[in-house]
Amino acid sequence: MSELSVNHLLGIKYLNKKDIDLIFETADQFKEVINRPIKKVPSLRDITIANLFFENSTRTKLSFELAEKRLSADVINFSASQSSVKKGETLIDTVNNILSMKVDMVVMRHPNPGAGVFLSKHINASIINAGDGAHEHPTQALLDSYSIREKLGSVKGKNVVIIGDVLHSRVALSNIYALQLQGANVMVCGPKTLLPKYIKDLGVKVETNLQKALAWCDVANMLRVQNERMDISYFPTTREYTQQFGINKELLDNLNKDIVIMHPGPINRGVEITSDVADSKQAIILDQVENGVAIRMAVIYLLASKIKQ
Amino acid sequence: MSQKVLLNSKEVNITLHRLACQLIENHDDFSNTVLIGIQPRGKFLADRLAQLLSQEYNIKNIQLGHLDITFFRDDFRRGEKPLEANTTEINFIVENKDVVFIDDVLYTGRSIRSALTAIQSFGRPNNIELLTLIDRRFSRHLPIQPNYRGRQVDAIDLQKVKVNWVENEGEDTVYLIDK
Repeated sequence: MSELSVNHLLGIKYLNKKDIDLIFETADQFKEVINRPIKKVPSLRDITIANLFFENSTRTKLSFELAEKRLSADVINFSASQSSVKKGETLIDTVNNILSMKVDMVVMRHPNPGAGVFLSKHINASIINAGDGAHEHPTQALLDSYSIREKLGSVKGKNVVIIGDVLHSRVALSNIYALQLQGANVMVCGPKTLLPKYIKDLGVKVETNLQKALAWCDVANMLRVQNERMDISYFPTTREYTQQFGINKELLDNLNKDIVIMHPGPINRGVEITSDVADSKQAIILDQVENGVAIRMAVIYLLASKIKQ
Repeated sequence: MSQKVLLNSKEVNITLHRLACQLIENHDDFSNTVLIGIQPRGKFLADRLAQLLSQEYNIKNIQLGHLDITFFRDDFRRGEKPLEANTTEINFIVENKDVVFIDDVLYTGRSIRSALTAIQSFGRPNNIELLTLIDRRFSRHLPIQPNYRGRQVDAIDLQKVKVNWVENEGEDTVYLIDK
């Protein structure tokens, strides 16, 4: 019988191919569960999970909370804006206070890269990283790969291009690790200012011409331009960015194949992707959201099974 | 490790025919009946019985499903081994249906307890019966008994009953194994 090789999900970097396969196989079963008339299973009725969100989130927070509730776990929610963090409490103190209330698992989003790893060294609970700064967002990468597997049959050998603001994106890094583990070919595409300097060292192709990237790929994963993380100007105007790196119907019609369009959300309609593309049959954006719940159920279930009684 | 044959291929075949006939006695044309094989091992018995009923006894339109009980078990985080999930394939609602749970071996009764909870996700059945190929007597942890049984055996806790199927192991044989 198989189990995960890790006790926390801090990043895809710490997983191996077998872990990803196990998570996907388990998610297949949970996807069936969440399409039943009654969508709940009692597995985690003796587990308490704290969702600690030190940064804003809609999709990920709701998705995690729903996954936890579908597994019958007890859930407590915390967002930094309404808490004692504002009064100057440290991260470890905040979390230890919450753990004193007998919490078994922590799902954390934090603006600082490495916050999850740091926490895992200081506290005694299973940790799931729900995004740490511009570092990793492992569950998003897992659900992206899972959606590709569902749509195209497998990830292995597929050409996947990640387009847009790679520099500020935690989704990009986790996706690169996850796709490479599964044998996909990965390319990043965007303005030079938004591609990290040493990105080639990860073994990905780099392209600054959108047309060439689209002609090469089977799947295009569009990233949002993260204006909130930009302290300086990385491109002249939004209009110019859209002209160079925005996907529209015309671009897709000029390709002699149907590529799959993905987006981790939230979408800036009319910036990186036009509405007619986002709502087209080629886009699997809403499938990604549905798969997100199944993937998170699988991750929580598999990690919870390793918590000693 | 020694093992003894409880039922050989011929005996398994005779027992399956008897169980099929007992089902027909109670369920007539199966119009309101659904057969549910309990994953992982009850699937083979359920598939075989459904095949027998349709091919040998000419019963049409048998509704057959497979139910996975992993997420409903009461030993999550209690055992040495992690629980691995199997596929649930139930493409119908069991509301007001006569459900027959089918499993190869009835031992402590805990799997059936889990199945009773799991099936509620698919509606409220009219009633639920239990069919099992091997009933391990005197080893129940819960007040659960089969309605149809192939063979009743007395086995101590140190022994294991293993049901092999042609589809999976290449033979229809039931073994009693001393661990």
